[in-house]
Amino acid sequence: MNREDFPMLKEDIVYFDNGATTLKPQCVIDRMNEYYSHHTSNIHRGDYDAAVITNEAYDHVRDIIGHFVHADPSCCIYTSGTTMSINMIVFGYMRYHLHKGDEVLLNKAEHASNILPWIRLQEEIGFTIRYVPLEDDYSLTLDSIKSCVTSHTKVISLAHVTNVIGDVRDVESIGSYCHENHILFCVDGAQSVPHMKVDFEKCHMDFLSFSGHKMCGPTGVGVLIGRKELLEEMKPLCYGGGMNASFEEDNSYELKEIPIRFEAGTPPIAEVIGLGEAILYLERIGLEKIHQYEKELKEYLLSKVKDIPTIRVYHQSSESGIFSFNIKGVFAQDTSIYLNHYHIYVRAGNHCAKLLKDVMDVKNTVRVSMYFYNTKEDVDRLIEALQNSDHLYQIVL
Amino acid sequence: MDDNLRREIILDNYQEPFHKGLVEEDGYCKINTSSKSCIDNLDFILKKNGDIIEDIRFDGEACAISTSASSILIRKLIGKKEEEAIQILENYRNMIEEKEYDEELLGELTVYDQISKQPNRKNCALLPNVAIEKLLGVMNHGKQHASDEEFKTC
Repeated sequence: MNREDFPMLKEDIVYFDNGATTLKPQCVIDRMNEYYSHHTSNIHRGDYDAAVITNEAYDHVRDIIGHFVHADPSCCIYTSGTTMSINMIVFGYMRYHLHKGDEVLLNKAEHASNILPWIRLQEEIGFTIRYVPLEDDYSLTLDSIKSCVTSHTKVISLAHVTNVIGDVRDVESIGSYCHENHILFCVDGAQSVPHMKVDFEKCHMDFLSFSGHKMCGPTGVGVLIGRKELLEEMKPLCYGGGMNASFEEDNSYELKEIPIRFEAGTPPIAEVIGLGEAILYLERIGLEKIHQYEKELKEYLLSKVKDIPTIRVYHQSSESGIFSFNIKGVFAQDTSIYLNHYHIYVRAGNHCAKLLKDVMDVKNTVRVSMYFYNTKEDVDRLIEALQNSDHLYQIVL
Repeated sequence: MDDNLRREIILDNYQEPFHKGLVEEDGYCKINTSSKSCIDNLDFILKKNGDIIEDIRFDGEACAISTSASSILIRKLIGKKEEEAIQILENYRNMIEEKEYDEELLGELTVYDQISKQPNRKNCALLPNVAIEKLLGVMNHGKQHASDEEFKTC
């Protein structure tokens, strides 16, 4: 649906790499162009008309984000993306609140950005990282989490939707459990916020991270949302202009209020404004509708792919638009190059989930990740190419 | 070269690669090479006897081009004097990068003379070349002399 909104879809392509980044609708491109063409100015420092307009537009995006994920707008921090958001949680908050002997629960289906910062910090502090076991279908259940929780467990950090398996974690139940047991709950929403209704408050999240470019917005901008009392105790990773109230020769300084204190330097202004437009665009379509549509498209894809004996599917039941597979005996990258011949854009690799190979017996997969502008016709083109893949090497060699 | 023959040689070397699988023996130098532009990730080991390349082996996960190129290149280099090997490696790189090269010197390696038509696969074809250059550099000088900006070593 809404294909006409996307300039790139005027080309003869099947874009199935939405887990990496999504296409941009014309309204987002236009909104950013409008800033660059008519209102270019920095924020917070100008009294002229363009600066006032830009300032209002920039600040207003926090309200849009707050409404979108049901969070306090004053707790919505603009970042460069999910990776930076998680690094801010780990090195700005956890560094000062975790101690030797504490336990952080992760799992092996997580993206590098939700594992590596923790590994780095445990090097420094000496807390323990425990990996919650995944089920046979690589999903993660609350029961499995509960079985790993001890009196030392201080944090559970996980992706709402994983980027290889595409399973949707029950963040509402997990959040309630964390809340009742005084465990901090950090959610990587990079693959969920663009695709389904996410409720920060209802799910008792302590921190939520997501990226703009995976939800029809521009690259270079993302969001970190935290509970106010946690953000009050979080230290900025960057210091400089815009975030300080004062500093003196005697080395004293005072920071501005939340969230400004976490946004040192000139922020990605056009990108923030573009992100706001992208969120409004998604809201006009409706997140429930998007999620339902993607689930149906995925079911359609699974129903077709099961008839192709050469395809190995790694999960059947995940309720998202993510689908990972391999053609038996073919290296994932050769498959993606083959599909590119038919202008079908997918991604091959470990998708930054480098620990997943410990539980799956494969390191690299081909990932199809769908969005609301994909169609059954797109799926049919993929299926046709896969059905005819016996001539794959004639294409790729 | 005829396209079918080219494909056959590449595929044979992909499906039954020469010297794939490492050995745990003394005298080998080891390196891991991966390309930032694709997901190939291969380990290479090399052993010299004087200035003769006595053995090269490789292992890991890589695409048809990287795997087959490793296989063909290793077969070509074993038993060569280091000086000859370096000449082959240089000519191979020149061919991939569309510069002048000695076709006779490369022999079967010329199956990749069309790879520049697929720019994203040039790094795949060069992966074993870079790894072996680095290994020779490490063994001789204790440092890498290949283009580190293109390839990282883990």
